[in-house]
Amino acid sequence: MYLNQFLMLSAVLFAMGVYGVLARKNGVLVLMSIELMLNAVNINLVAFGAFNNTVAGQTFALFVIAIAAAEVGVGLAIILLIFRNRASVDIDEIDAMRG
Amino acid sequence: MLRNAWLIPLIPAVSAVLILIFGKRLPGKGAEIGIAALTASFAMAVASMVQWVGEHEPREAVERHFTWFDLGGVDIGAGIHVDGLTVMMLVVVTFISLLVHVYSTGYMNGDRRYTYFFAALSLFTASMLLLVVSDNTLQLLIGWELVGVCSFMLIGHWWEEQANSDAAIKAFLTTRTGDVGLMLGVITLFFAAGKNFNIENLNRMAINGDISHGLLLAGAALLFLGVMGKSAQFPLHVWLPDAMAGPTPVSALIHAATMVVAGVYLIARVYGVFWTGFSIGDGGINLIAIIGGATVLIAAALAFVQDDIKKVLAYSTVSQLGYMVMALGVGAWTAGVFHLFTHAFFKALLFLGAGSLIHAVHSNNMSEMGGMKKYMPTTFWTFMVGSMALAGIPPLAGFWSKDEIINGASHGYELFMVVGLLGAFMTAAYMTRACYLVFFGKYRGHGHPHESPPAMARPLQILGVLSVVVGLLGTALAGHTWRFAHWVRFEVPGAKEIVEEHTFNLTVATMSVGAGLIGIGIAAGYYLRNTFPRGMAERSGVVRTGYKVLVNKYYLDNLFIDGIIRTIQYPIAKAAYWINQKVIDGAVNSVGVGARKGAQVMYDVADQKVIDGAVNGAGLTAEEGGIVLRRTQTGRVQTYAAFLFGASALIAVGLVLFT
Repeated sequence: MYLNQFLMLSAVLFAMGVYGVLARKNGVLVLMSIELMLNAVNINLVAFGAFNNTVAGQTFALFVIAIAAAEVGVGLAIILLIFRNRASVDIDEIDAMRG
Repeated sequence: MLRNAWLIPLIPAVSAVLILIFGKRLPGKGAEIGIAALTASFAMAVASMVQWVGEHEPREAVERHFTWFDLGGVDIGAGIHVDGLTVMMLVVVTFISLLVHVYSTGYMNGDRRYTYFFAALSLFTASMLLLVVSDNTLQLLIGWELVGVCSFMLIGHWWEEQANSDAAIKAFLTTRTGDVGLMLGVITLFFAAGKNFNIENLNRMAINGDISHGLLLAGAALLFLGVMGKSAQFPLHVWLPDAMAGPTPVSALIHAATMVVAGVYLIARVYGVFWTGFSIGDGGINLIAIIGGATVLIAAALAFVQDDIKKVLAYSTVSQLGYMVMALGVGAWTAGVFHLFTHAFFKALLFLGAGSLIHAVHSNNMSEMGGMKKYMPTTFWTFMVGSMALAGIPPLAGFWSKDEIINGASHGYELFMVVGLLGAFMTAAYMTRACYLVFFGKYRGHGHPHESPPAMARPLQILGVLSVVVGLLGTALAGHTWRFAHWVRFEVPGAKEIVEEHTFNLTVATMSVGAGLIGIGIAAGYYLRNTFPRGMAERSGVVRTGYKVLVNKYYLDNLFIDGIIRTIQYPIAKAAYWINQKVIDGAVNSVGVGARKGAQVMYDVADQKVIDGAVNGAGLTAEEGGIVLRRTQTGRVQTYAAFLFGASALIAVGLVLFT
C-alpha cells in the first residue's frame, strides 16, 4: 500500500476546500468547502491509521464526522437566519462586525 | 440473571426511543410502552435481587466488562458491577419509576407534551440505571450527566412559564458547578489508580494504602463537590426547592427517590476512597459528616416556614439527604444506604400524595388547602403513613433507618448523634405542621376538591403499605438471609473489611422516638392554638402561659436587653465618651493635620505630573494603535480566513525549513 497516493488526494481536496472558503461568495458553498477540508483531513487520518495498523485513525475520523455534522447543522441554521433577515447569503455583504 | 443485569437499563432506553417514534400514534399516547418497559425492568431487578440474596455467603460481585477501544493502553469501555448495593438500587429505581409512570397517566392526563414527558421519564430511568450498574467511574460519570440533562428537561416541562425554565436552568447550573469537581476527581483518581477507571480496583488500592493519602484526600474532596451538587448538600442545596417547578411525579421520582440520591450512592460505591481519604476510620471529624450534619439542621429549619407543600417536602428531602451523607461521614455505611432505601419509598409516597392534593385543589399552597381529610380519604391516610414514616414513628420504615444512623453516630461521633436527634425532632414537628395545615381545620380554597382517579390512588396505597413494612428488612424479623445488612454490604475482594456493624440499641431508639414525639407534640400544640383562636389556648391557663413563653422566645430577649445590657451599658458608655473626647479626638486631629499637609505635596508632584502623565500616555497609545488596527477588522469572514490560512502556510514553511 502506498501512503502518498492518499496524501496527494487529500492535499488536492484540501486545497480545493481552501479555495472555496476564500473565493466563494455564497455562504452555503463556503460551508460545503469546509466539509471538503474536513474530509481531506479524514482521509489523512484513516490513511495514516491503516498505514500504522491502528484503529486510532478511524476513531478520530468518526469523531471528526460527528462534529462536522454538528457544525454544519449550526452553520446552516445561521445562514438560514441570515437569509431570512437579508434575503441574500452573499457573505461579502455580511460585515456587521466591522470595526 | 445477575450476569445479564445490563438489560435492565437497556430496556427503558429502547422504550424512550420507541415512545418518541411511535408514541403519538398509539391509543395510550406512548405511556403503555413506558409502563411495559418498566414492568419488565422491575421484574428483572427483583429476579436479580432474589438471586443475589439466595447465593451462598460470601457472595461474589458479578463483574462484566467489554472494551470499546484501547487508547494507548487505557481501556475505554462499558461494564456492569452487580452486588448487593446495585441490586437494591435497581429494585428501588425501577419500582418507583414504574409507580410514577402509572401515576403520571392520571396526573399528566391531557398535557400538551404528554408523549414527550413519558419519553423523558423513560430516558431518565435508563440513565439512572446506567449509573447504578456501572463498573467504572467514566461510565458512572456519563450516567450522572445524563440524569442531569433529563432532570433539566423534566423540571422545565412547562417551560412556557418563565419561572419554570429559570428553575430548570438554575438546577442544571448548580449541579454543574459540583460536577466540575466530580470530573476533576474522576481524572485525579484515574491517574492515582494507575490509569484505570475500574471502581473495585480503586477501592481496593485505596483501602490497602497503595495510593498516597494526599492524592486520595484531593480525589475524595473533588468527588464530594459533585455529591454536594447532585445530592443538594449545603450550600449547593439551593436548586432543589426551585426544582419543584416541575410536574409533581417528576419531583417524586427525580427529586426525592432517585436522582438526588445519586450523590449518596457515589459515596457508598467508592467508599474506600472517602473512608481512607477523609480518615473516617480514625474517628476524626471530617468534611462529609460536617456538611451532612449542617444540611440536616439548616434544611429542616427552613421547612417550617414554607407555604408551598412541595417546598416543605423539598426541604425535608434536603434534610434527609443530609442524614444519609452524615451517616456515611461517620462510618455508618449500612445505615446511610438503608436510609436511602426506606426514604425512597416514603418520600415518593409523600410527593405523590402532594401531587394528588395539588391535582384536587389546583394550588401548591397549604393556605388554600385545609380540611382535605373529608374530601380525599385515600390521600389522607397514605399521606399520614408517609409523614409518620418520615417522622420516625416505630415500626414504620423511617424509624429503623434513622435510628440506625443515630446509633452509628453514637459510636465515636457523639456530636452528630445530637444533630441526628435534633433533626428527628424538627422533622416530626414540620411534618405535623404540614399535615395539620393540609388535612385539618376548614377548607380555605376555592372550587370543589375530589379524590384522585385510581391511576393516582393505587400507587399511593402500594407505597403506603411498603412504607410500613420495608423498615422491617433492617431488623431481625427479616431472618438471617433477608436482613438488609446481610445482603447489602461494602465488600472489596482482597481488602480488609472497613464497615462495622452496630447492634440495635434500645436507649438510642428510645431517644430518637422521644425526639420525634416531642416534635409532634409541640407542633400539634402550637398550630392547633395559633391558627384557630377557638383552640385550647383560651380554655387552658397552663397552655396559654406556655404559648406566651414560646411567642416571646422564652423571654430570653427581654432578659438579655433589660437585665444584662442596660445595667452595664451606662457606666461603660460614660467612660467611653470621656476617652473619646479627650484622648482619641486629640490624636485624630493631629494625625489629620499632618496627613493633609503630606497629601498636598503628593498631589502636586506625584499625582499631577508623574501618574497623570503615564495614564494619559497609555490611553493615547492605545487609541492610536486601535485606529491603525481597526482597518484589519473588516467584518468579513473570508478576510479572516485568508489571514488564518496565510499564517498557517507561513508556519508550515518555517517548520519545513528550520527543522
